[in-house]
Amino acid sequence: MELHKFTILQAHEGLKKKEFTSQELVESCFKEMDAKEKNIHAFISVLKEEAIDAAKKVDKAGNFNNPLVGIPLAIKDNMAVAGTKTTAASKILENFVAPYDATVISRLKEAQAIFIGKTNMDEFACGSSCETSYFGPTKNPYDFKRVPGGSSGGSAASVAANECIAALGSDTGGSIRQPASLCGIVGLKPTYGRVSRYGLLAMASSLDQIGPMTKTVKDSAALLQAIAGFDPKDSTTSKKKVDDYLGEIEGSIQGLRVGVPKEYFSQDIEGVDPHVQKAVLKSIEIFKSLGAEIDDSISLPHAKYALPVYYIIMPCELSSNLERFDGVKYGLSDRSGKTLLDDYMNSRGSGFGAEIRRRIILGTYALSAGYYDAYYKKALKVRTLVLRDFEEAYRKVDCLITPTSPSVAFKLGEKTSNPLSMYLEDIYTVSANIVGIPAISIPCGRAMPKDGKTELPIGLQIMGKHFNESLVLKVAYALEKELS
Amino acid sequence: MKLTKKEVEHVALLARLNISDTEKELFLGQLSSILNYVSQLQELDTESVAQTAQVTGIKNAFREDVVEDCPKGTREGILKNAPEIEDDLIKTKSVFE
Repeated sequence: MELHKFTILQAHEGLKKKEFTSQELVESCFKEMDAKEKNIHAFISVLKEEAIDAAKKVDKAGNFNNPLVGIPLAIKDNMAVAGTKTTAASKILENFVAPYDATVISRLKEAQAIFIGKTNMDEFACGSSCETSYFGPTKNPYDFKRVPGGSSGGSAASVAANECIAALGSDTGGSIRQPASLCGIVGLKPTYGRVSRYGLLAMASSLDQIGPMTKTVKDSAALLQAIAGFDPKDSTTSKKKVDDYLGEIEGSIQGLRVGVPKEYFSQDIEGVDPHVQKAVLKSIEIFKSLGAEIDDSISLPHAKYALPVYYIIMPCELSSNLERFDGVKYGLSDRSGKTLLDDYMNSRGSGFGAEIRRRIILGTYALSAGYYDAYYKKALKVRTLVLRDFEEAYRKVDCLITPTSPSVAFKLGEKTSNPLSMYLEDIYTVSANIVGIPAISIPCGRAMPKDGKTELPIGLQIMGKHFNESLVLKVAYALEKELS
Repeated sequence: MKLTKKEVEHVALLARLNISDTEKELFLGQLSSILNYVSQLQELDTESVAQTAQVTGIKNAFREDVVEDCPKGTREGILKNAPEIEDDLIKTKSVFE
């Protein structure tokens, strides 16, 4: 039996019926890693001993009372797991050992899930291809010459390659959904404030969210259930009741109002692959056949400003968040200078990679005296306009549909020399972060790239209203069922 | 929008970030094109629009001002990550000369 190929729910059934043990399941994943990591490089560190010990304990207790007991998970390396290296794929944290657990980790420990490794990512989650990682890029399991997307590229690739059963990622502008799309898996960014970020290495605090990256929509629901909810340690988490995601996932979408924002399907969006458009339009037809009402008159007039808003807010917040890396308290410390100022300059200069340095300069510039009003303040005002567009749209429809990414997986090195072309990868995904709404990417087809010989996955994005993850999951599940 | 080398140097100092001369030149071009791209926001009239920083409406999430002990293991873990310690304190060069 190829246990590593199971979904969370399949593995749970097998564990419950004692068809196999958690240890066998975990070892099956490690075996797959041994065979594939040389080509894929999805992991920064592997937690072999810890995972097998934990699996043995779970097997001994034999109490599989929730879907995550004994399930091997991969965790993006920007989340703190006590006693293990947590690097954010940065040289500056190469030897940092997390002194405590992130809240998502302590919740998953309570659910008795097993952590099998920490996954590769763009440095401090800054990138859309995993190529800014200090530890070298992750490759797309469909074609090793291509990127897995980013920043949660290691998590996406490890799920797609069956090196784990499911994974956690984080999403600031598309970092869960875009790699999910490029690797052909399901990635959900929950509502801002639905999942605690305590113990997540902060990138842009008004945008960051942690979410599940899974093989199926139902797995996404199961994993979200375990991590969602109020946390006194993250003041942005909501006290709103957490829905029963799995319980509400089945059922008809008859009469559901699905919006297709016309700005996202216009010819003006540069570089949208016609295969991607076609696959998404086909999915819209499926929704229609399931009884959903399609509204293609929905307009988000400020949609095109979401990306420039993002590329002001994000570097501003990033540069503030990364001030803590000073070479004094933890992380890389270059003490060769004469003064403390020298040490700051040298530690940060040699610890951060090029993309981080670029974004710190950009953010510091936009926040500096004389420019704050023109950039950051302006961006926060336009953010209001984008938010109003979505509020207006959600008066007419229950959810919105777009492609996740303008293209299928691109080649390694293709976009690294031009940061702006890389930033355009986020064109469909950033709005959900700017507005704080939940959004999921699910596979909706495959296409042969012009410059390749392997068919590559295409992702469809479904965006919902604030805290309406259950509807987003239900719509995604309805489509998944039809496509499988 | 065009950045000058002097501006990049000034901002790098504010950000406490050493960057090489070659990188300064590289960043100049790249950052100018990014600033050019984001400057399209200026075409919108936002005179009477309020700023949005928090999107889900949570305001003033306070907690009681009570000191909680840091677990011993966490405390040790924090100190272990410090580059230099003396008597359980993190050591650094003097701030004032």
